[in-house]
Amino acid sequence: MTYSGGRMLLSSQREGQVSRFRGWVTFLVPLLAILFQVYVPTLFPKMKFLEMPLLVVVYLGLMRRDPVSGLLVGAAVGLAQDSWSKNPLGMFGITKTLVGYFAASIGMKLDVDNVLMRFLLAFFFYVFHQAFYWVMERALLSHLSPFDLPSWLALGVLNALVGAALFHFLDKLRITA
Amino acid sequence: MESFLNRYRNITVLLLVIFAQLVLLAVQVKNDQHVRFIRVWAVTLVSPMARLVEGMRGSSLSFVRNYITLHDADAENRRLQAENDRLKLENIFLTNQLNTADRAKALQVFQQRTPSKTLAASVLSNGIGTSRNVVYVDRGSTSGVMQEMAVVTPDGIIGKVTNVYPGASEVLLITDSEFGAGVVSAKGHVHGTLKGGTPLCKVDFVAFEDKVEPGDWFYTSGDDRIFPRGMPVGVVKSVRPGQPYKEITLEPSGTARGLEDVLIVLEGIHQEIPDTPPANQQVYLAPPPPAITDSNPDTGAADGSAAPGARPSPGTQADEARALYQNAAEAAGIVLGGGPTGMVRTDRPPDFTKLPVDPRTVPSATQAPVRVPIPAKGTAPPAGMKGTGGPELKPTPDAVRRANQAAGGPGRMPPP
Repeated sequence: MTYSGGRMLLSSQREGQVSRFRGWVTFLVPLLAILFQVYVPTLFPKMKFLEMPLLVVVYLGLMRRDPVSGLLVGAAVGLAQDSWSKNPLGMFGITKTLVGYFAASIGMKLDVDNVLMRFLLAFFFYVFHQAFYWVMERALLSHLSPFDLPSWLALGVLNALVGAALFHFLDKLRITA
Repeated sequence: MESFLNRYRNITVLLLVIFAQLVLLAVQVKNDQHVRFIRVWAVTLVSPMARLVEGMRGSSLSFVRNYITLHDADAENRRLQAENDRLKLENIFLTNQLNTADRAKALQVFQQRTPSKTLAASVLSNGIGTSRNVVYVDRGSTSGVMQEMAVVTPDGIIGKVTNVYPGASEVLLITDSEFGAGVVSAKGHVHGTLKGGTPLCKVDFVAFEDKVEPGDWFYTSGDDRIFPRGMPVGVVKSVRPGQPYKEITLEPSGTARGLEDVLIVLEGIHQEIPDTPPANQQVYLAPPPPAITDSNPDTGAADGSAAPGARPSPGTQADEARALYQNAAEAAGIVLGGGPTGMVRTDRPPDFTKLPVDPRTVPSATQAPVRVPIPAKGTAPPAGMKGTGGPELKPTPDAVRRANQAAGGPGRMPPP
């Protein structure tokens, strides 16, 4: 596994090495992300734009390169986030399940150690997360929230920037071969 | 199966997790009608399946019932076939009954309309073993039938009585070669002699210069003193010139509908030859008239009540006069018409000088005949009804009866 940013696509499956994490990391990092999402915006409202649980799900999915593991992590984080919010259980759960699944699937094809790729993937999954959540709100909850794509794009860039930094920090917690 | 799950393990797990969370959502979320989505989705999902299952169940039952369990189909088929045959026979029987009823009605109407005194009879059988075209009817001398009496139907003449027995009579049909009758054409009033034949009759003794065309109607002329004048005989089918007489063939109208019920003319009354042929053979029976409640000039009951023993008003003025005389006789305790034809069986003569009627309404031999309006063709009752004779009515039956007595025989018609 190389950490050079020269290539974005993997030439073979063997290049995509599965990253492993310790058990407490897999449990504690998502929990901290959820707590951050719950409490930090109450203390610092300007930090509300950050979607830390999403970034953690994307990172774990990309790094573990296992779709089942990714979707389970996404479902667990989403349901936990739902339980802490006023939404019905399953809104964030379904959304983050899909995000985890797709992130793991993409991680098998791309060089997710590339910083630019991480930025793009974080941006893409944030917009996907917001759009899918908007669809589910309209379909299931009949909430007519506006389709604010420019805001999603702008916040997507910010989250991608934070995500790139977060991914770099989380890289230190993984077990390398 | 295992390899399938291994191959699609990821997507299967994804779908299961998504489905589980959707169910979780559906349990919590309600729609606009405050019904949980889990219920809405369940009903939406189950309804088509239930409909499909119900349709399959109904189709299966129908298939089994219609194609598999046919153990009683043959018996049912035979039963239905037998029922169908029975209904066909019943239909034929009822149709015959209806036709018989129609003929009886026609005879009844004709009997009421014609001024001649007639007697209804039914044909018993053909003259088996004879070379002549004869039939036997169920009326004989006990009913007042005599030799040489005319036999007619509403459609025309049928024949004449040749032999009389106590309970039956032999009728020589118009189709017999020995049959003869005096006839006259409706258009030119050309006289001739009808000679029977099968299937067409002939009209002899029509002079070469007389004008007769195919389609002309011939009526009885009364010259033979058997058939009263004015009864339809038939229509001319062909006319050929000949010397010294024309050769005219005629299709008899009386036998057109077969022979089942006939009328024997006991006392014939001559009528005028109608100008128009009897085009419509249908008989229209109007509903009975309402009861008379006001003053009746015919019966002379000024208080609105009919005279004792008064009969309903007959169709013709002659019948009205007859009914008037019979009512007067019955009021005096005298029975008219009980004995031989034209005879009054009583010890004392009835007093007809005190008739309960305005003398102006009583027809007499010298009084001008009353013209009966003939309804236009196509209206009810239909025009051309047989037996109504011409538009003018002739002498009453009593006058004819007296004329018969003067002529020396009740069965012999007076000359027209």
